[in-house]
Amino acid sequence: MIEIKDLHKSYKMGSNSLHVLKGINFTAEAGELVAIMGSSGSGKSTLLNILGMLDGADSGEYILDGVPIKDLTETKAAQYRNKFLGFIFQSFNLINYKSALENVALPLYYQKVGRKERQVKALSYLERVGLKEWATHLPSELSGGQKQRVAIARAMAAEPKVLLADEPTGALDSTTSYEVMDLIQKINDEGNTILVVTHEEDIAHMCKRIVHLKDGVIVEDKKIKQVRAEQYV
Amino acid sequence: MWLFDKDLWVEIFHTLGKNMFRTFLTMLGVIFAMIILILLLGSANGMSNGFNKVFAGTASNSLFVWGQSTSEPYKGFERGRRIRYKIEDAEILKRQIPEIEVLAPRIELGSHRTTVTVYREGRTSGSSVYGDYPEIDNITKKKLIEGRFLNKTDIADSKKICVIGEETYKLLFDKGENAIGKDIRINGVFFSVVGIYKPNNNINIDGENAVFIPFTTFQKAFNTGDRMGWMAISVEPNTKVPVVENKIKEILKNKYDIHPDDQRAIGSFDMSEIFNNISSFTDVLKGFSFFVGIFTLLAGVIAISNILLITVKERTKEIGVRRALGATPRTVKRQIVVEAIVLTAFAGLIGFAISVGILAFLNSMWGSGEDFPFVNPMVSIPQFLISFLLMVSLSVLIGLIPANKAVKVRPIEALREE
Repeated sequence: MIEIKDLHKSYKMGSNSLHVLKGINFTAEAGELVAIMGSSGSGKSTLLNILGMLDGADSGEYILDGVPIKDLTETKAAQYRNKFLGFIFQSFNLINYKSALENVALPLYYQKVGRKERQVKALSYLERVGLKEWATHLPSELSGGQKQRVAIARAMAAEPKVLLADEPTGALDSTTSYEVMDLIQKINDEGNTILVVTHEEDIAHMCKRIVHLKDGVIVEDKKIKQVRAEQYV
Repeated sequence: MWLFDKDLWVEIFHTLGKNMFRTFLTMLGVIFAMIILILLLGSANGMSNGFNKVFAGTASNSLFVWGQSTSEPYKGFERGRRIRYKIEDAEILKRQIPEIEVLAPRIELGSHRTTVTVYREGRTSGSSVYGDYPEIDNITKKKLIEGRFLNKTDIADSKKICVIGEETYKLLFDKGENAIGKDIRINGVFFSVVGIYKPNNNINIDGENAVFIPFTTFQKAFNTGDRMGWMAISVEPNTKVPVVENKIKEILKNKYDIHPDDQRAIGSFDMSEIFNNISSFTDVLKGFSFFVGIFTLLAGVIAISNILLITVKERTKEIGVRRALGATPRTVKRQIVVEAIVLTAFAGLIGFAISVGILAFLNSMWGSGEDFPFVNPMVSIPQFLISFLLMVSLSVLIGLIPANKAVKVRPIEALREE
């Protein structure tokens, strides 16, 4: 599903150049649930940004679902993001003046799905994250866990190939974190490919594979026995 | 078509409605600009209409020619010779100058602008007394409040009738008294009144107090022979008055042995000159109004663009999220430009409604045009459409500034912003 070969990325900081990614090789099959771990400055967020086409690599190859991702214009990148990727952010990033339903429907709007169909689809995704009754509520009326579940519903609404979660539990307490991870596991059980960036060990162990990043290179890549979040909920 | 996309409009009204007070303040600039533009244009139109009303009934392409005294000696004549026209001159001029549309000869009792005493049953009035042809009505229209003006039969039969001015009527008759058919006496001759007219206060060629009698009657009653005092002439449309004026003078100078360079001997007055001056005055006024209005409008639209720039800055994160979710730069741009258009158009319409209200009020107060030239101050539909289209195109152009700014922010940077 995802294929990365010898990916390099450096940032210019004034006159200095900061080499953040130093040759990443990584493959993820369909249906995998991968945790990307590393301390801050290890390059994990940069990797996720490149995977999410929010940022471009300096060199190397990136193939997503058989499509080489390179030389993207902003418009093309937007279209690929919309078609291939679902984003889950640490700070949820819901649009605060739109209801939960409208937030979930937003990617569908950019896919030019008709209004009626959009509403129906968005509502069914809200139902899947258990927030059907909250459809008309604004984000400010929801708890942190609920917000993240709305964000997950939004990420899934466009039926992307890959879900990218950047510290999805970073802003949540542990109980709520496990609820969110439970949801992510269930979505993965249905066959969705999910990448989770985290620095929390317990969250990482709820995935099926852990990739350790340190100083811009992958230092460890292992399959693990998944801990189900259900038991903590 | 995206313009009819309900979601786009929902989005736009959401964003604009989120901060109503600021949205309103933003629009104030354009509202005032539109008010200024429409008020200026409307007032200019009102003045233009006012002048038209003032001059209604006076042929704009007309001139008046009379005789004065020579200022140059010529062909053995001394200077200071009085030029007196003959009635045959009218025929000669009409025959030789085809551009003349109407030529109305006139003769006045006494010298110009001196009055003659008119009597009726012990009352008197110092009036100007004119011998006229009915054609004069085509050049300076008489507003009759009673009866009729002179006609062809009066001329043919040399009827002893007269048309008197309102002032004359007041002096010779009781208030409300029926004057039609009553006799008045001028130099011992009786004339029966057939009409009373109201003088035009703004253009007064005949004086306040005047009596008109048929030219032919005048000749017989006052024994003036073939003399003619002056001529009122209107020229064919599309003919310039000064051209005809020169031709007339040339013929008359030739006939009366006047020195070709004599500027004084033939008096003339070109009516079209006044009209041209006034219409170029109102044109300049309109042009100036448009100029001032458009620049005020530009300032208003720039204010809107400024606020949108701030809004874009505030919404950087939201725009980042949208772009992460698949909004193309085009979509983002479009939304901001449409916001600029909606704000401008809405503000423009409010300003338009207010200014039309003010103009309607001005019209009801002073729009009659009696006291000063101000009639029906309104903007025409083309004027409104041009202003409106100009305003909207300005808002598109200027809305592109914040729109481009919104697109320039890369989604990753937008998301990073806290």
